[in-house]
Amino acid sequence: MSLLELERVDKVFGGLAALKGVSFSVEKGSIFGLIGPNGAGKTTLFNVITGVYEPDGGSIRFRGRDIAGERPAVIAAGGIARTFQNIRLFRSMSVEQNVMVAGHHLHQSGMVDALLRTRRYYRDEARLEKKAHELLEVLGLGPLAAEPAGSLPYGSQRRLEIARALMLEPELLLLDEPAAGMNSQEAHELEHQLRFLRSELSLSLVLVEHNMSVVMNVCDFVHVVDHGETIGQGVPEQVKADPRVLAAYLGQEESVPA
Amino acid sequence: MSQFLQQLINGLSLGSIYALIALGYTMVYGVLRLINFAHGEVFMVGAYAGYYAAWLLGVERFEAAGQGFPLYLALLVLAVAMGAAALLGVLVEALAYRPVRSAPRLTPLITAIGVSLLLQNVALLVFSPNPRRYPAILTEVRFEFAGVIVTNVKLTIFVLASLLMVGLHLLIQKTSWGRGARATSANLDAAELMGIDTGQVIRWTFATGSALAAAGGILFGLDQITINPQMGVLTGIKAFVAAVLGGIGNIPGAMLGGILIGLAEQFTAGYLSPDYRDAITFLILIAVLLVKPQGLLGVVRTEKV
Amino acid sequence: MSKSPTLRVVVVATLFVALFLAGVALRANVIEYVQRIVLLAGINIILAVGLNLINGTTGQFSLGHAGFMAIGAYAAAYVGVLLGPLVEGWCGPGLLADGLTLNLALVVGAFFSACAGLLIGIPSLRLRGDYLAVVTLGFGEIIRIVFTNAEFLGSATGYFGDEPAGLREYTSFFWVYVWALLVVVGLYNLTFSQMGRSLVAIREDEIAAEAIATPTTRLKVQAFVISAATAGIAGGLFAHMQAGIRPEDFRFEKSIDMLVMVIIGGLGSISGAVLGGIFVAVTLELMRDLAQYRLVIYALLLVVIMIVRPRGLLGTRELFDTWKKKSGPSQGSRA
Repeated sequence: MSLLELERVDKVFGGLAALKGVSFSVEKGSIFGLIGPNGAGKTTLFNVITGVYEPDGGSIRFRGRDIAGERPAVIAAGGIARTFQNIRLFRSMSVEQNVMVAGHHLHQSGMVDALLRTRRYYRDEARLEKKAHELLEVLGLGPLAAEPAGSLPYGSQRRLEIARALMLEPELLLLDEPAAGMNSQEAHELEHQLRFLRSELSLSLVLVEHNMSVVMNVCDFVHVVDHGETIGQGVPEQVKADPRVLAAYLGQEESVPA
Repeated sequence: MSQFLQQLINGLSLGSIYALIALGYTMVYGVLRLINFAHGEVFMVGAYAGYYAAWLLGVERFEAAGQGFPLYLALLVLAVAMGAAALLGVLVEALAYRPVRSAPRLTPLITAIGVSLLLQNVALLVFSPNPRRYPAILTEVRFEFAGVIVTNVKLTIFVLASLLMVGLHLLIQKTSWGRGARATSANLDAAELMGIDTGQVIRWTFATGSALAAAGGILFGLDQITINPQMGVLTGIKAFVAAVLGGIGNIPGAMLGGILIGLAEQFTAGYLSPDYRDAITFLILIAVLLVKPQGLLGVVRTEKV
Repeated sequence: MSKSPTLRVVVVATLFVALFLAGVALRANVIEYVQRIVLLAGINIILAVGLNLINGTTGQFSLGHAGFMAIGAYAAAYVGVLLGPLVEGWCGPGLLADGLTLNLALVVGAFFSACAGLLIGIPSLRLRGDYLAVVTLGFGEIIRIVFTNAEFLGSATGYFGDEPAGLREYTSFFWVYVWALLVVVGLYNLTFSQMGRSLVAIREDEIAAEAIATPTTRLKVQAFVISAATAGIAGGLFAHMQAGIRPEDFRFEKSIDMLVMVIIGGLGSISGAVLGGIFVAVTLELMRDLAQYRLVIYALLLVVIMIVRPRGLLGTRELFDTWKKKSGPSQGSRA
């Protein structure tokens, strides 16, 4: 059984088919690349997997259970975390708070504990704080913990979104263009961090990414969509050589597979 | 049966007034995603503008002489009130809403509440809190069929409101402003990128919505006999509920919602108790939010993520 | 507050004694007019800090808190009249009986307001957007109509309790400020906890909050219910302050007063709400002769603040932020 299995997923927006029968499986422990030209439906796939949109057809199974149509918070609590293409941080909160807020499952104490500031409450807060700081260190944001999230440079904001998603202790992490806006040095660092996450946190990753060198370097398996349809899949070398994939990318200079 | 027909007629005329006001809410919400709380006050100011215009045109002399107010003067009153309200709407947009357009969501909302409050309380000072009898710019004539009373006032309300709504429909479907408004409503930023002067579109949206509300104000005055500076509060809420019921941002929805709210109110007043006529709107609002928050004719908006 | 339980008890006891002595001193030395302003300021603090939880911290706009205040006021008044003689029967007349009756009445009032909050909150808070503003606006109007028509609560003339005792003036400086303290500290603790963080997250970006498994609807409803309950407590204190309440006491203007309190200080700031509550209590009295201009001034204030300084005086900051930054590494462990 694969960790995540999509079977003939459809999504229609006002009569326009955004996804047409997309199927793929993500194996546990893999880094899975999802590529395709702009508007191909990659982000829409993320949105149906995470419950932002309800699919109009097909099934989405996570650890064998159909999660299609569940609420985003339920899916997130169930083990699928994500980042957003157009960064969605809690801008007025500090970096550290942005991460801590995602630690609901570590915070067992209730409202009464918070009101009365009981031992349990302090214990949970300490636990959250510790975990948040660990994650910030992993992503190289440790020194920025007290800064307001909105004031960080772009690349750091992207990494902070990853740290926040990791606070959920997910099994599967969906990253929407994590390397966007990063220079080659930063992108290279990101590759290391992604491999580290997989090995150290035994995480499986799905990546939507336009930076082909990142995709080809870290992904075990690549799935290509265009106009809402699967047009190719396989290991990076296969996909690179696939004529349909090349055709779809033709004229999109910055994203021609490297 | 005659009671049913009576309530139906009263409900249709009241509902068409709500529909006229609801259009303004729904149009502004369509382009700016803003609940224009001040719209109820624009409606009130429109009613007062009509009151003063009629007075200046000598409605009292006609009344004293037992003559009817000439039709062309009545239309002039309507035009003056619609113009005054349109001006007020545009001014409110320019002075209060435009400076906060790009601010976080709550800022424009609070601004709108502030403007509503300001207009209402300035009106209380200027017009005095006492209700005023609305001038008879239309002399009432009653017809009776089988126990059902129909007045020319109710008929006029229904016909005039329908004409205005048809006019609005043509404006939106056939003019370049209408095309711009539809585009802006679909996506303000994209419309701007396509070279649409969204500032202009927004100004015209406020002007048109406000003018319709003023027409509603005059009709309300004729229907309810008196007006007061706080008439916009409850009527405004009801019209907004009408817009939500029809599907906020949806123009035919606002018309349908207005009529339905008017009918619901009249039937509640007629068959249950007049005490509950205001409460029914509120219950409808709660029910809509629970069962069909996108409204009868609205579509579920998928937020871009 | 300290982590040590003994120290906490000492601090709380000292505060209570101090409040009690301050109340005695106030009664002896200050004219009644000023006493009234001081009580109203305390009630306003409860209202403002409570409203701030939903309007400021959570970013969901309520325009009908006067309605929740009215429910709390009527319920507390009714229960106070009912229980007063019974409680005096148990423990004899005196401060003890008065305090007991008042607090029982307040709790009942808060309970009823909370229930109303639940009924209003569930349909309107499931959705994103500004529906809460309109629903609460309508609710505030409807609830006034209900009380105006409720004969057993005196209809439009208002509720004064039955003869001979009637609605008693149980509200004192001590109890107003005990409750103000409880509400301020309680909501401060909630705001600076995982719940508060989540509420701010909802305000900042509801979609992102959902993506990190935040139960957004449940939290919004909880915050709203708590906020409604505090308005109910304020209403109960208000009812037992003047030995009579009328539906007119809870008009839309009252909701606007509350809005001004939280906006002047800065939406999302508890200390700002406290200052705003005091500000409104004082200016209301100062502007008594200008009553008809008051709302014009408030309305102008709202619009101008929104255009010039939309975050209010303090923004979402607290008065003691600078101090807190030195004392601890995180928001959560600072309190």
